[in-house]
Amino acid sequence: MEEKKLAIIATKGTLDWAYPPFILASTAAALGYEVQIFFTFYGLQLVRKDLSGLKVSPIGNPGMPMKMPFGPKWFKDISWNIPNALQCIIPGYESVATALMKQTIANNGVATIPELRELCQEAEVKFLACQMTVELFGFEHSDFIDGLDYVGAATFFEFAGESDICLYI
Amino acid sequence: MNFDKELDARGLNCPLPILRAKKTLNEMTSSQVLKIIATDPGSVKDFAAFAKQTGNELLSSAEAGGEYTFMIKKK
Repeated sequence: MEEKKLAIIATKGTLDWAYPPFILASTAAALGYEVQIFFTFYGLQLVRKDLSGLKVSPIGNPGMPMKMPFGPKWFKDISWNIPNALQCIIPGYESVATALMKQTIANNGVATIPELRELCQEAEVKFLACQMTVELFGFEHSDFIDGLDYVGAATFFEFAGESDICLYI
Repeated sequence: MNFDKELDARGLNCPLPILRAKKTLNEMTSSQVLKIIATDPGSVKDFAAFAKQTGNELLSSAEAGGEYTFMIKKK
């Protein structure tokens, strides 16, 4: 049987949205799929050498549970519905939310993004970076991890056109 | 049941148990058996799906005291 193919377009550059492409890519690779991820626009943040800039923003995201990852159960169960207007004026709000999210991730035995990205690379998931966005955002190739192919949309379609599954994330 | 290798995936969440299992299977030879212990409730269906799609045989799947034990025979 010919190897199945999964093509992913990763367009988001936040800590939460970093998960779907890497989880799906690494799992598909483990199932025997040939996988390519095309990182474009904010998705380029996911292939930078330094991933410490990945953050979550609860602002304008009513779907994000705001719970504390520590303390007694009654405390953890509280949902902190802080108004957007207030979130906007508190300095460092995103950094605090990110630190809390990272703690929640660790508490739940969920992999970190650097770990998942490494697992993808070990499983020979191919990473493509959109050269146009690299220039648009003023990045240098040296900002990114090794092993990236800097290409345009046409190259991605060579693989995506023959893929069994193609996801836009 | 006899097994050749054991993988402790307790405390790990999706997709780590599957990824670790795949990695461990890569180091094993055909028809060897891998025992996996996990605590992720999602792993029950995931290991069945993994076996079905990769051709490795899921010999058994059991739950006891919040822990799930899987036996997988390498293709």
